[in-house]
Amino acid sequence: MFRKPPEAPDAVLVEVEGRPVRVPPGASAAAAALIAGLASTRTSPVTGEPRAPYCMMGVCFECLLVIDDEPSQQGCMVTVRPGMRIRRQEGAREL
Amino acid sequence: MIREADAIVVGGGLHGCSAALQLALRGLRVVVLERRHVGRHASGINAGGVRTLGRDLAEVPLSVLGMAYWHRLSELVGDDGGFTPCGQVKVAETHDELAGLEKRALAVRSLGMEHERVIDGDELRRRVPAIASHCVGAMVVDGDGAADPYRATSAFAARARSAGAQILEGEGVVGLERQPGGWLVVGERGRYRAPVVVNAAGAWAGRMASLAGDEFPLKTRASMMLVTERMPPFVEPVVGSVGRALSFKQSSAGTVIIGGGQQGRADLDREQAWVNVANLARSARAAAALFPVIRQARIVRSWCGIEAETPDRIPIIDHSPRAPGIVHVFGFSGHGFQLGPVCGVAVADLVTRGSTTLPIAPFSARRFAAAAKAA
Amino acid sequence: MSDRPFDLVVIGGGPAGLAAASQARQLGLSVALVDEQPAPGGQIYRAVERAEAEGRATALGEDYRHGLGLVRAFHECGATLFASHQAWQVEPGGRVFATDGKASRLIEGRRVLVAVGAIERPVPIRGWTLPGVMSVGAAQILHKTIGLVPDAGVWIAGSGPLTLHFAAEIVAAGGRIAGILDTAHGRLPETALRHLGGVVRGWRYVARGLGYLARLRMADVRRVSGVENVEALGEGRVERVRWRSGGQWQEAPASGLLLHEGVVPNTHMTMAIGCAHDWDEAQKCFRPRTDRFGMTDVEAILVAGDCGSIGGARVAECRGRLAALGAAASLGVISAAERDRLAGPVEAEVSAHGALRGFLDDLYAPAAELCVPPDDVMVCRCEGITAGRIREAASLGCRGPNQVKSFTRCGMGPCQGRMCGPTVTATLAAALGMTPQEVGAFRIRPPLKPLRLGELAALADAEAGE
Ligand SMILES: Cc1cc2nc3c(=O)[nH]c(=O)nc-3n(C[C@H](O)[C@H](O)[C@H](O)COP(=O)(O)OP(=O)(O)OC[C@H]3O[C@@H](n4cnc5c(N)ncnc54)[C@H](O)[C@@H]3O)c2cc1C
Ligand SMILES: Cc1cc2nc3c(=O)[nH]c(=O)nc-3n(C[C@H](O)[C@H](O)[C@H](O)COP(=O)(O)OP(=O)(O)OC[C@H]3O[C@@H](n4cnc5c(N)ncnc54)[C@H](O)[C@@H]3O)c2cc1C
Ligand code: FES
Repeated sequence: MFRKPPEAPDAVLVEVEGRPVRVPPGASAAAAALIAGLASTRTSPVTGEPRAPYCMMGVCFECLLVIDDEPSQQGCMVTVRPGMRIRRQEGAREL
Repeated sequence: MIREADAIVVGGGLHGCSAALQLALRGLRVVVLERRHVGRHASGINAGGVRTLGRDLAEVPLSVLGMAYWHRLSELVGDDGGFTPCGQVKVAETHDELAGLEKRALAVRSLGMEHERVIDGDELRRRVPAIASHCVGAMVVDGDGAADPYRATSAFAARARSAGAQILEGEGVVGLERQPGGWLVVGERGRYRAPVVVNAAGAWAGRMASLAGDEFPLKTRASMMLVTERMPPFVEPVVGSVGRALSFKQSSAGTVIIGGGQQGRADLDREQAWVNVANLARSARAAAALFPVIRQARIVRSWCGIEAETPDRIPIIDHSPRAPGIVHVFGFSGHGFQLGPVCGVAVADLVTRGSTTLPIAPFSARRFAAAAKAA
Repeated sequence: MSDRPFDLVVIGGGPAGLAAASQARQLGLSVALVDEQPAPGGQIYRAVERAEAEGRATALGEDYRHGLGLVRAFHECGATLFASHQAWQVEPGGRVFATDGKASRLIEGRRVLVAVGAIERPVPIRGWTLPGVMSVGAAQILHKTIGLVPDAGVWIAGSGPLTLHFAAEIVAAGGRIAGILDTAHGRLPETALRHLGGVVRGWRYVARGLGYLARLRMADVRRVSGVENVEALGEGRVERVRWRSGGQWQEAPASGLLLHEGVVPNTHMTMAIGCAHDWDEAQKCFRPRTDRFGMTDVEAILVAGDCGSIGGARVAECRGRLAALGAAASLGVISAAERDRLAGPVEAEVSAHGALRGFLDDLYAPAAELCVPPDDVMVCRCEGITAGRIREAASLGCRGPNQVKSFTRCGMGPCQGRMCGPTVTATLAAALGMTPQEVGAFRIRPPLKPLRLGELAALADAEAGE
């Protein structure tokens, strides 16, 4: 749904669902997931439906991701760092 | 117009609704006056712990009898109120604490009751695998458990209604006038008259008592709770602690509900309570100490509920010492949810027969007479 | 764990907070500014410094670049900035708890200014939980922060100035908008006539709006007006969008759908603090009760900008300055007379920039079906609660949002009722024949954002000497 951004010389290399992705500096982890083309970024722990970022400003909590192995992080509020590992969150978080 | 009834209950918490149900079942015309809505205060928002374990020895006999009602809640009110007999566990972190539990179990046994049992560290870990490794044992009660406080209170209200009680929500009591043969109860919206008034006004019961001419040395508790996001199931029973103010349980939705009595700030006039972060942090610290796995769990919300506390932290369940026709049931001091169903029976006995065979002698209203006079 | 107490702690670094901080520093107050974003700017001037450095700011418009001046003045004013810090609790008396995502700290202020801005009004339609459905604001954030633009097949549905502004911005940046489904039901000529005075005084803003329209027409962006009943359809992702206009159902393929129905004050913080709030019928939202300087009814707590009342960026800036004057006067740093003298010209500016507000509120008032959706529409996204369940709770005796919450779990999820609160209030009010003021809002309790338990515990570890 979004056009691939032109590759910036200072792009940040992160890992989304195990695949390397280069994203513009200043991108949020949720933005990285969108750039990586994930169809959805989590499933609802209540209904099991797929969900994806909705507001990008910290309001809706649809962007919960597992970032560097820690679940339930608000992906739109976390800025990418080189080497960051971003994974979908399936249902209720892990312990 | 004055509405006439056989009994008026002030307060639509669990205690008010339970008393109303029992009175209605005995054929009385009952009116419950609730200033906000049923379950608005302590009864709707408490930790839901249904616990005989570790209670004040004076409360143990009534509490143990009360357990039977929880196990048969569906028969009584047509809904199980979310009750599950998942057990309660009180954890000892040191051998001294464990020895204290052994002593306590003996004391309870000497009253002729066998429900509390002490288990060692291995059995504790079998029952609660996520418990911190340093814990050395615990006391358990298997038939104890937890319920959904709002659902249980609503179920009592619904059943009381179907038995004929009228529950008027949004009606606050502002005055009591003694009249020949009973009381005129003045509400914000209407007036009511009955020979008997039950004071089940929770945190505001002291004010209610004052209207009837009784003074009790009460304090207000503002206990805080916090709840996490949904987690995979990892703990079955409700877990408390000897050395820390903690109650810890996982709901059926997967959220973890943490309480234990850390105090916020109450405002009786505004009918609100405010969380105090420094104290809330102590609850979180206690939880994290016993369950290291939840350090990363996200707290979604905290809240605070208000309740009356007596000097000896056990309730008042009795006729008024000086105002005939007034029956008090309040001052549960942080643990009255479990007692709700059985207290309804005790109160109905007091109203209809003047006395009860249930073990409520320790909860006499007269025990504070001296203190009240001095105050 | 505590930093030294500041005279003023400002929460939120948008135009309101930035202007307040600079003004307060000018008056000699010590100031801390806390913002959860990595850089100051707020919603409208989000990432303005980055965009400028990357040469993208000019394309984002003169209005956007106005923010650069504000941000630069702030950097020079000598306030302490706590960037990437989310305030999750404010206690009366001025204790602000904030987390940087790893640890929490206590920042104490003798006065606290809440300037946390607006949030987009939730748009509960069929299919709004499907991946690929986002808010217009979300897409704009992606554009402002990293220059991401929508590609083929992305629709916009909704109303309000932001939809046009954003579409024009995207077209100018070379992105694609499949079409705009305009749900505004206020009729432009009649509404303009009703607010003629404001429209005339606010002509600059009107001219800008007309400019957006012209740009969209030139780029051949399809615009459908009088749209109702927008729905997102698809398996696991939005694939088609469906709507009704002129009594006809229509459908089109979609790779994305962006929704927007205006913004409402972000009142979670002032509600949690316990400030009194009133229902604003014109803007269809709750807002904190304040005096002209943003003082709330809770001691030491002030409010400025869109979280007090939606007024737009320039008004927010002025309100920030007024609040700084109010704070300084209440601290005895300036006299009441001095405060009033300085406030005069700022208040004149407020009324100039706010001239168009009544017109906009009227023209873009959200449609009834969006405030009070049909039974099958999901209202609480976190807990999966539909409008029907809320009505059912009402029919079973629930008289307010908090009862509905206890009854259904609606509002209990991680978003803490932000996405469903307005809808729950409106749906209950309609079902019970009461006003929103009577029905009330969810009680908000800390933490304002989900907080790691260990992080809260650490505040007590410090106390226990660990
Ligand atoms: C956070 C918290 C956790 C707790 N956890 C547990 C637990 O795990 N296990 C346990 O056993 N107990 C627990 N408790 C205690 C338990 O909740 C209470 O003891 C019990 O709910 C008291 O019930 P009640 O009906 O007396 O009071 P309430 O439920 O407070 O009801 C009193 C009602 O009276 C109404 N009222 C007051 N004044 C007036 C008036 N003038 N006119 C009309 N109506 C009036 C109020 O609006 C209120 O609804 C906890 C309490 C709190 C606050
Ligand atoms: C998504 C969105 C996009 C918008 N785009 C435009 C636009 O392009 N043009 C336009 O004219 N208007 C736009 N608006 C309207 C805009 O809100 C106002 O014009 C203006 O930004 C209001 O300024 P403010 O200072 O009141 O709040 P904001 O600019 O919103 O600033 C509030 C700040 O508070 C911070 N904050 C919020 N909660 C916390 C917390 N708990 N802890 C710490 N910090 C916190 C936020 O990060 C933000 O930086 C937009 C609004 C939204 C919601
Ligand atoms: S996308 Fe809404 S909170 Fe992150």
